Amino acid sequence: MNMNIKLPPTTARSFIDLNLFGRSNHQYRLEDENIFLETKDLNLFYGQQQVLQSINLSLPKHRVTAFIGPSGCGKSSLLRCFNRLNDLIEDSRTEGQILLDGEDIYQPRTNVAYLRRKVGMVFQKPNPFPKSVYENVAYGLRIQGIKQRKRLDETVETSLRAASLWDEVKDRLKENALGLSGGQQQRLIIARAIAIEPEILLLDEPASALDPISTLKIEELINELKAKFTIAIVTHNMQQAARVSDYTAFMYMGQVIEFGSTNVLFTTPKYRQTEDYITGRYG
Amino acid sequence: MKAWWGSGEPWVWLAASTVALCLLMVFSLLAFIAVQGLGFFWPAPIMQAMHHTPGTAPTRLVGEIYHQDEVPVSRLTKAWQAPFAAHQEVTRYLIKVGNREHYGLDFRWVLKAHLQDIQYPPTLSVVERLEWGNAYGDIEALQENGVTIAEGEAVWEMLESRLQRTRDLRQQIKQIEKQPLGRIHFQLEKLRLQARKLSLQHRLTPEKIAEFETQRREQEALSQQLHDQLAVLHQAMQRDSLLLREMQGQHIVIPLAKVVQIIQPNRLNGMEKLHYYGLRLWHFVSSDPREANTEGGVFPAIFGTVMMVLIMSIIVTPLGVMAAVYLQEYAKPGFWTQLIRISVNNLAGVPSIVYGVFGLGFFVYLLGGNIDAWFFPEAAPAPVFGTPGILWASLTLALLTLPVVIVATEEGLARIPRSLREGSFALGATQYEVLRYTVLPMATPAMMTGLILAIARAAGEVAPLMLVGVVKLAPSLVLDNNAPFLHLDRKFMHLGFHIYDVGFQSPNVEATRPLVYATAFLLVLVILVLNLTAFWIRARLRERYKSLETM
Repeated sequence: MNMNIKLPPTTARSFIDLNLFGRSNHQYRLEDENIFLETKDLNLFYGQQQVLQSINLSLPKHRVTAFIGPSGCGKSSLLRCFNRLNDLIEDSRTEGQILLDGEDIYQPRTNVAYLRRKVGMVFQKPNPFPKSVYENVAYGLRIQGIKQRKRLDETVETSLRAASLWDEVKDRLKENALGLSGGQQQRLIIARAIAIEPEILLLDEPASALDPISTLKIEELINELKAKFTIAIVTHNMQQAARVSDYTAFMYMGQVIEFGSTNVLFTTPKYRQTEDYITGRYG
Repeated sequence: MKAWWGSGEPWVWLAASTVALCLLMVFSLLAFIAVQGLGFFWPAPIMQAMHHTPGTAPTRLVGEIYHQDEVPVSRLTKAWQAPFAAHQEVTRYLIKVGNREHYGLDFRWVLKAHLQDIQYPPTLSVVERLEWGNAYGDIEALQENGVTIAEGEAVWEMLESRLQRTRDLRQQIKQIEKQPLGRIHFQLEKLRLQARKLSLQHRLTPEKIAEFETQRREQEALSQQLHDQLAVLHQAMQRDSLLLREMQGQHIVIPLAKVVQIIQPNRLNGMEKLHYYGLRLWHFVSSDPREANTEGGVFPAIFGTVMMVLIMSIIVTPLGVMAAVYLQEYAKPGFWTQLIRISVNNLAGVPSIVYGVFGLGFFVYLLGGNIDAWFFPEAAPAPVFGTPGILWASLTLALLTLPVVIVATEEGLARIPRSLREGSFALGATQYEVLRYTVLPMATPAMMTGLILAIARAAGEVAPLMLVGVVKLAPSLVLDNNAPFLHLDRKFMHLGFHIYDVGFQSPNVEATRPLVYATAFLLVLVILVLNLTAFWIRARLRERYKSLETM
């Protein structure tokens, strides 16, 4: 996508047998999609340091878009632009536009708290509040001032069901969430995020701190959730990206090198750098 | 050997023994205070002896051996030095002989060598009195309206019931004085102030005057009734008295009305002694002081200390927490924030008496004076808030302990993991909501730590309090059942100041020395209880946020 770095094209050849992961080799095409989130010439600075360089991306609605790339390439920072979490960092500065459902979220009159209700986020390490399971899920509603017991109860249940955690915790809703296992905690965070009915979910390496079985559960969950939400996921795990995503963006040093249908990107990457990264020769 | 040094083992030993030394010092300090203070309440045996000093006729001496030491002969008066060699050391007793109204002093120094025929006869009694301290001697008779009704051993059969009767009467009198009579005085003063207020505002109409007058008459009539009742009770109290033969054979009449307790310690067995020990200890913590604080209890001082600490906590916690929240969460880090932070830290090092002076000048005179001028003009010239009182003392101490609370809370806030704040922000919380629902609840243990440190520092302060509200003897407690119940303008007593007063300002130094220890021990105990309560609350809060450290 971005041409700031000149890269030699690769030879067209299949690098990873995607059928291995039991997915169809359907090739998604951006032209057919309904674009939900779009960045236009997005630059991000932390102080003097430029972290993101003119990012132009389109995230289609109800699709899973994976961001891969070596550590420090800016994938997490990009994700944190989508809900303006970078605002919390001293000296951070953003240029360009991010259109969410056609509206620029970096306008001065944007209500950031309201924006974040539409953009749910799950972090690398599970970060449940030191409250009960129930209160963790109800947190977002409570700060919106919702007090009706019935509505809270319903939302907690549906969110926990949607995060396929309900059966495991329905008898311990009043217990401290810190007592759950890591995998359960991470699904609790997902339940917490979807309880406020966002339109897009940002997952920042959601399985990196989990064991393989919990990881699998999270991946299955992502597959189910995409029917309702647009999902952006940052991952270090190439196979995970291949397994769960419809689109993949490969980032390197603050730039998006290549972006496209996962099947295309993993089988016939356009650039040498992408090829090196996904075959494990680099990064 | 070299390997042993290199292993660091000696340093471990050194560190461990330093800890042991510190513990030893703390415990021996506490043990010393406890033994000195608490031993005082144990019923001591009463000695009887002939006191024979060179050149005088022998006299009978009755009393408790209070203290014993060895002195070089050269320190004795000339007359007493005669039979001893110049460099000898002789044993000297301090004997509490009581009967202060006769002998002027409770105590007498005597040499062991001058005492002959030391005995502990079981008939000797000690009478603890409301006035003039203890009386020692033999009880000869019990009198009713001046007529002897029992003599010798027979006295003891009737004594307890009659003592109980006077105790009950005394209790009744106290109730009347405290409750209805106290309330009438309070009402009368209120009426006077109301009338004065209206007259200052030129709204004192003749009808109002008449109204106040009728009310005043009502209250005074009530008061007269009560006074009549009291007179009857006092009369009844005077009925019984004891005839006591003191050590030199004089007879003393002691009205039972003035008696707290009579025991014959030489006759008591261990269990009975323990019973009296508990009783005296209970008297000490539960009753008012008597005889210029040299006798009686310290209850008002305990109450004042606790009240002051509580009021201070209520003031300092919100102030400190709010300041810390602003500094840590809202203020932009930079030169000025850092400057403020350093200044706050340095405030903790300002000597406490300086705070006392500030409290007197700013709170008492400026603030209190103006409050009086604006809200209580009718009370003039008597000040209401323009004089030292518990509110100003608590405020001064709150100021003194504010830095501790700020620093502890700031540390607590800084420790809340960033991931939790971000988690909350990501759910659409504003900064206020993040603080309110996530950060502040999790920082409560740190706030409690600040409060614990503040209490520890405040409860032991005496110097600033002397300027802003503590008195030797407060006529009434800060809390009573006259509206508005909590009287923040009142002066109060404080255990720390009580120690100073009893120890250094007392006319009867020997008598009060054990009280100093006992009060000191009590102060330590009160602080311990206050701290333990705070610790307990903090432990419960921590329980709720446990495993926070793993994140």
